[in-house]
Parts: sequence; C-alpha cells; structure tokens
Amino acid sequence: MQPVIDLTNLALAYPEMMLAVGAMVLLMIGTFSGEASVRLVTGLSVALLVATGLWLAFMTGEGTAFHGVFILDPFAHFMKILVLIGSALAIAMSVSFARVEKFARFEYPILIILATTGMMLMISAGDLIALYMGLELQSLALYVIAAINRDSLRSTEAGLKYFVLGALSSGMLLYGSSLIYGFTGQTGFVEIAQAITNHGSSLGIVFGLVFVLAGVAFKISAVPFHMWTPDVYEGAPTPVTAFFAAAPKIAAMALFVRIVMTAFEPITTDWQQIVVFVSLASMVLGAFAAIGQTNIKRLMAYSSIGHMGFALVGLAAGNQAGITGVVLYMVIYMAMTLGAFACILAMRRKDGMVENINDLAGLSSSNPVMALFLTALMFSLAGIPPLAGFWAKWYVFLAAMEAHLYMLAIVGVLASVVGAFYYLRIIKIIWMDEPTGSFMPMAGELRLVLGASGLFVIFYVLFGGSLLTTAETAARSFF
Amino acid sequence: MASWPILSIVTFLPLVGAAIILLIWDDNEVSRRNVKNVALWTTLLTFFLSIFIWIEFDNSVAGFQMVEKADWLGSISYHLGVDGISMLFIILTTFLMPFCILASWESIQNRVREYMIAFLILETLMIGVFCTLDIVLFYVFFEAGLIPMFLIIGVWGGKRRVYASFKFFLYTLVGSVLMLLAIMAMYWEAGTTDIPALLEYNFPASMQTWLWLAFFASFAVKMPMWPVHTWLPDAHVEAPTAGSVILAGILLKMGGYGFLRFSLPMFPLASADFAPMVYTLSIIAIIYTSLVALMQEDMKKLIAYSSVAHMGYVTMGLFTMTAQGVQGGIFQMLSHGLVSGALFLCVGVVYDRMHTREIAAYGGLVNRMPKYAVVFLIFTLANVGMPGTSGFVGEFLTILGAFIANTWVAIFATTGVILSAAYALWLYRRVVYGALEKESLREILDLSGREKLMLYPLVALVIFYGFYPAPIFDVTQVSVDALIANYQNALDVANEAAKTAAATQ
Repeated sequence: MQPVIDLTNLALAYPEMMLAVGAMVLLMIGTFSGEASVRLVTGLSVALLVATGLWLAFMTGEGTAFHGVFILDPFAHFMKILVLIGSALAIAMSVSFARVEKFARFEYPILIILATTGMMLMISAGDLIALYMGLELQSLALYVIAAINRDSLRSTEAGLKYFVLGALSSGMLLYGSSLIYGFTGQTGFVEIAQAITNHGSSLGIVFGLVFVLAGVAFKISAVPFHMWTPDVYEGAPTPVTAFFAAAPKIAAMALFVRIVMTAFEPITTDWQQIVVFVSLASMVLGAFAAIGQTNIKRLMAYSSIGHMGFALVGLAAGNQAGITGVVLYMVIYMAMTLGAFACILAMRRKDGMVENINDLAGLSSSNPVMALFLTALMFSLAGIPPLAGFWAKWYVFLAAMEAHLYMLAIVGVLASVVGAFYYLRIIKIIWMDEPTGSFMPMAGELRLVLGASGLFVIFYVLFGGSLLTTAETAARSFF
Repeated sequence: MASWPILSIVTFLPLVGAAIILLIWDDNEVSRRNVKNVALWTTLLTFFLSIFIWIEFDNSVAGFQMVEKADWLGSISYHLGVDGISMLFIILTTFLMPFCILASWESIQNRVREYMIAFLILETLMIGVFCTLDIVLFYVFFEAGLIPMFLIIGVWGGKRRVYASFKFFLYTLVGSVLMLLAIMAMYWEAGTTDIPALLEYNFPASMQTWLWLAFFASFAVKMPMWPVHTWLPDAHVEAPTAGSVILAGILLKMGGYGFLRFSLPMFPLASADFAPMVYTLSIIAIIYTSLVALMQEDMKKLIAYSSVAHMGYVTMGLFTMTAQGVQGGIFQMLSHGLVSGALFLCVGVVYDRMHTREIAAYGGLVNRMPKYAVVFLIFTLANVGMPGTSGFVGEFLTILGAFIANTWVAIFATTGVILSAAYALWLYRRVVYGALEKESLREILDLSGREKLMLYPLVALVIFYGFYPAPIFDVTQVSVDALIANYQNALDVANEAAKTAAATQ
C-alpha cells in the first residue's frame, strides 16, 4: 500500500491550495462583514489570482504528484497562467457593473476563485477521478454564478438551464469514465493508454470515449452540445458572460487536449473522427447561426462556438504543430473575447445597459478610441491579417494541412469567410451607420482591459515569435 | 548605399505619417488642413525615396536585389527584396499615392483624419505586397489591404457603399483563403516559406494542379477575371475617387503580379496545362465586358468594365509565356495603372462639380472646359490603345505574344481593341462634345490649379512612355527572360521525363 499523500511533490499543487485556502479566508471576511465588504473582497480576489499567477510564472520544477493524479508539465503550467489571467480580468471587469447595476455581492469573486481552482485541477488532471473532481468543482461554481442575479428572471433561467444540461453532460462524462474503467481496469490516463496498447481497443472503450468526449464537448460548447450557450450567455449578467467566455473554455479545452493526447493516444484514429466532426459542425454552425443575431451577447455566444471549432481543427490534426496551434488559439481567443466583452460592458446609456448590436451605431464618431479597438478586435475575430486572430487560425490550419485533413481545412476557411460577414456587420454598424446616441464614459478598468487586448491584437505580429516559442514548449509536453 | 534598408524605409514610412496624423487630435479647420498636409508630404517623401530604389536598381541582374532578411515568427522570416518584375509596381504605387491625396483634398469633408490614416496604411500594405520575399508575409500584406479598402469604400463611398464594400471584402476573402491553404501545403512540401527558395523547388506535377487552382482563385478575383469580376464595378462606382484610383491602379495589379511571382514560375506545368483556360477567360473578358461597357450609363462603371477588359489582355499576355507577351503584360499593367487612375481622376473632376456620374447628365463640356476636354481626350485615346500613348505599347505586345502562342487567341483579342474604341470614344462624345444644353452645366468651371497639378504629369507620362517605353523594358527584361527560361526548362524536363517513361514501358 502506497501512502496516499506524497509530500515530496506536494509543492507542485501549492498554487491550487493557495487559491482554495484564499477563497475560504475571503468567504470568512465576506460573511462576517456583510455586504459592505464587497469592494475589499473583490480587490483581494484579484490580488489573490494575480499572486497565484505570478507564483506559477516564477515556479520552476515540473512533474507529477499524488501518484500521477496531478500533473504539472509545461502545458499545464502555461494554461493555468492563462486561466488565472482570464479569471482575474473577469472579476476586474465586473467592478463598475456591480456598482451601477446593484449587482454587488461578495460571493461573486469568491465563486470565481473556486471555479478557477476547479479549472486548474482540470488542467492538471492525470486521472479520471481527478478530472471529474476538478470539473465538478468548476461546474458547480459556474451554475451558481450564472444565476447570481437571483432577482432577475433571465439570470435564474440561465442558471437553471445551465445546471440541467450541465448535469446531464457530467453524467455522460461519468458514465463514459466508468465504461473506460470497466474495460481497462485503470483510471490514470497513462495507465489507460498502456492498457489499450497492451490489450487492444474494444467496443466498450470506444463507447466510453464517445461519452467522455460528449461531456467535454459540452463544456467547450462545441456542436452538437452547444444549445445552452446562447441562452446562458444572453441570460447571465454581462460580467458573468465575459467570464464564461474566457477562462472555463480554456480549461475545458486543455482538458480535452490532455485526455485525448494521453489516455486515448493509442486509438487516435477513433477520436480523430469525432473531433473532426465536432470541429466542422461547430465552425459551420457558429458561422451561419450568428448571421441573424441582433443581441450582441448571443452573437458572441455563436462566435465562441465557431472559435472552439477552429481551435479543435488543431486538435484534430493531433500533431505537435496542432497542439501548438490550440495553445496559441486559446491565448489569442481569450485576448479577443475579453476585449470584446469590455466593449459590451461599456454599452451603457443613461437609462441602463443596452445589448442590441444596432446600439453601436455611429460609435466611430461618439467614441473613436473604443471604435478603433473594437474594429481591430472584430477584424481579428474574423481572422484578417496582420491581426492576432489570423495567426491563431494560421497555426491550427497549418497543422491540419500537415495531417492531410484537407476537407476539414477547406470547409474551415470557407466557414471563416461566412463568419467574417457578421463581424463585418458590426464594423459596418460602428462606422457606416448614423449615430443613435452615445454611451456613458467607459469605466477605468474596462479601458484598461480593452486597451490591453486591442494592443495585443494589433501588435501581435511584432512579438508573436516569443509567444510561439512558449506555446511550442507547452505542446512538447505530449510528444 | 546598400547599407541602409531602403525597402523597409519606403514600406513603413507611410505608417509613420499615419502615426503623426493619429496625434493630431482636434477636429477643426486648421487641424484638417494639417492632416492633409502631413498625408501629402508623407506620400511625396515616400515617392522621392522610392526613386532611389530605381536609381540603385541594377538592370543586368535577374535575381532579387536590395535584400533584407530578419527572423520573425519561427520559420517565417521578414524578407524583402525586389527584382525587375516587382520594382516598377512599387514606384507606381508611391507615384499614384500623392495624386490620391490631392484628389481627396476637397471632396472629403468628414472624418478627414481617419480617411488619410486609412490611405497611408493602405500604401504601406501595397508596397509590402510587391517587395516581400516571404510568402506568408506576402499573404499578410495582400489580405490586410482589405481592411483599409473596406473602410474607404464603406465610410466615404456613394449610396450603395455598404453593399459594395461587403461584396468587395467577401469576394476577395473567399479567393484568398484558398490560397492560404495552398501556402500551407507548400510549406509542408518544400519546408520553407521563403519565395526565392520556393522558386527553386520543383513541386510534383499532381500537386501543382491543385496549388495552381488555389492561387488562381485568389488572383483571378483580385485581377479580376471574368466571371468573378462582378465585385469590381460595384466597388469602383461606390468608392470615392481616390479609392477608385487605387483600386484600378494598384490593387488590380496585385493579381497580375501574383501570377508572375507565384503561379507561372512555381507551377510551370500546371500553368502550361491551364493556359488554354486562361486564354478563354481572357478573351471572354475582353469581348464580353467591352460590350457591357458600351451599355453603361454611369461613367465610373464604364471605366470599371473597361478595366476588366484591359486586365484580360494582361492575363492573356502573361500566360503566353513569350518575351513579348510577358513584357507587354507588365507594361500594360503599369500603363493601365496610370491611364485608368487618370480616367477616374477625370471623372472625379466633373463629379466634384456636379455630384453625378450619369453620362446623360453631361454633354458639351468642351465649351466650358477646354483644358479638361484635352486631358480627358488624351486619356481616352490611351485607354483605347492609340499609338503614341502608353496604352498602345502594352496592348500591341500582348497581342503579338498571343499571336506567337495561338493565332485564334490573337484574332479574338484584336476585336476587343475595336470594341474599346467604340465604348471609349462614344463615352467621350456624349460627355464632352455636342452643344452645351444642360442648364446645370452653364456655370461649370475648367480645371483648377490643384487639378492641373494632378492631371498634367500623368498626361506627360502617358505620352512619354508611348513614345519611349525603353526605361520600363530595361528594368523588366532580364528578370522576364530568366522567368521564361526557367519556365521552358521546367517544361522540357517534364517532357523529357514523360518521354523516357514512355520509352521504358
């Protein structure tokens, strides 16, 4: 009998522990000092996330802990930092919204920290049980966050919808895991791969694989498990949507990559078909369904479905270039999404928030700086060079071409042209339509996020080389 | 002199101008004038610096000159250089830009700052297209040009500007994304994105076909060739005058340049196979769009269709792969850049006064605007291909090249010359000749000083190159000869291989 806790490698999980303990301390502060402590708790939460991120950034040493259940490799390292940035910015972006919309609740940042802890565990999971633990910690926190505006019918509806469908997908994932355990006798990813190599694949394992992938596809909102996304995006309060669109997607994508690249590596051809289909369907549906949208949050939901499809192109390739592509895609996707949501959060008139795309009309004359950055973000989301979004697509399609997935690549780029149409429509509304009234001045933290993401997108061409090197190091974890 | 990176300086100088304009924050009469001045001086300075590229250029070298290379994104490098094919397009770009700024001097009244920034960014991207030696960098410049052009048409265009800008953007994008996939396939096949290295690489024949088609999808739309030309008339009609000048003068040439730089030298076998198809499409373009041009009621639309016809000569000439055809094609592109640009400027002159492009709204302008009538006549004749203007040289050589390659192609192409005379002269008659009957035209004024400054240099150049085209041919000759020699070589090798394969069986 091995000891359960392997203290020598415990240090690898210190950042997660710090977050978990920090969340509990903040909960105490919040509970004992009541609603008055919202600002304090919010500030401390951001500080906690930033501190954890810095710790991770300067942390050296990699390996596994808890007998392979917890993995810290360059891939996990990089994705965790990304998730922490996403979560920290999502909390920061909620500050002025919370003040004006009477949304101030100290539970909100704490729930985000708990969800982030779950995400970090997902990224590091090396075992089906650890995977499920991380996933559920994240999901349960997310369900509550979606419904956090409990006086709003739409918000509670979004939360309930998310919970019901999310529970279903968790069930599928769990069922798939049990099948895999039943047919391989293992729960660790590496051991599963070994068992498949030694004893060959079987129908039961393929069934398990399908169920597990269905569960994960739900979390990244890939077609055909995307139905919840537009409703939840629209119904949840906007800062919550901004959070949903960024960090959880990255964590789920990292999990997707890890599980297929380690546990199911011996049956690559089996999962590749599934990923190709999911990717194709997501790209096409994301492109076409977004055309008719008038609500910008719904539009961003379809946009994110499409982008997950593009990211999966890299995973479908299954080669080192592909994983590099996925990593870079998630970095760039997060930068673009957070910038776009900073703009959506700034769509505030005197009489409250507006969410219709047409409310952006004439933004170029009323707020030229915001218009400029939003235009850059939209062109980038459409994948037009030299902006960052183009490079994201470049790397994933490059990998697909190497893997000879020509159909996927051709349909993918054509879907990106269709997608360009609705991004262009937003640019048209900003630049070519008559102003219908101006927005309230943008809050400081939103300016900061928008400026950072806008500059990232515009100047990616200049510093993309170093990011590429980092992503390549991360991708090498699997090869 | 080779120590300073002249290509980078010329390419990115307009961006510096754009950055300066970005700093002029106020929006009043003085700042608007400052913005225009900064834009004008930036483009002039860029032009003067680009002259040094021509001065330093060594006509006797077939390879790339003034090469700059630096590491950039992993396997993609920042690699610039010019040869006889690309160099003159850079000069054409920098030369036309000051005219575009001048053409917008009065007609653009709102959002002057954004307009000038868009134009300067566009200039950087256009120069970049012609001097880059990395295929990914080429794609970046090629595609990025859509962003400013989309905004120029969409924000400062005419009534149907939104429709035109979307059509322009999406048409071009569809073609280009296929080229992007081809670029990726080439990278995995040859292991590099460096253009000189790719020019050396022999792609397998079966792969060439697909790559050629993918590149063709992009360049045929850009050129534009029949039947994917329909975005051009819309874009031309709705774009502001300067936008039309750039579209006709430079952006269309990117397609022809692409054929010369990629399709013909990199995929010679596929080019030879597809040449009959290109001839057919070119001839349809020449005859069909000339007929369509005859029936137009909008001046800009007429010139747009005439552009499609003239680009038909270019594609025809390039794919003959004879010295005359290719030289003629390049000359035709440069000449058309001047002539069609000038024609759009001429339309702009009357449009600024009358705010209509309807041919029927004019007539008898010669009575009030004699100087304008002369200038417009010279450009009309150059467009027709009258001997003594630059239009003649290109048209004559491309038809000569076609005659060597395929007599029937030459015969059909020649009918286009007659048709072009018909629509161009008829347009001229309806607009300029006749009695001045329209009440609204009674007070119309002749060319202003600014307009003379725009049009007279173009007149001089069009006539100069009509009589003395040697400076152009001196530059292009060695590179074109090398291009054709390599092309023939590749075909010979393939034939030889086919023969030995047949003999061994």
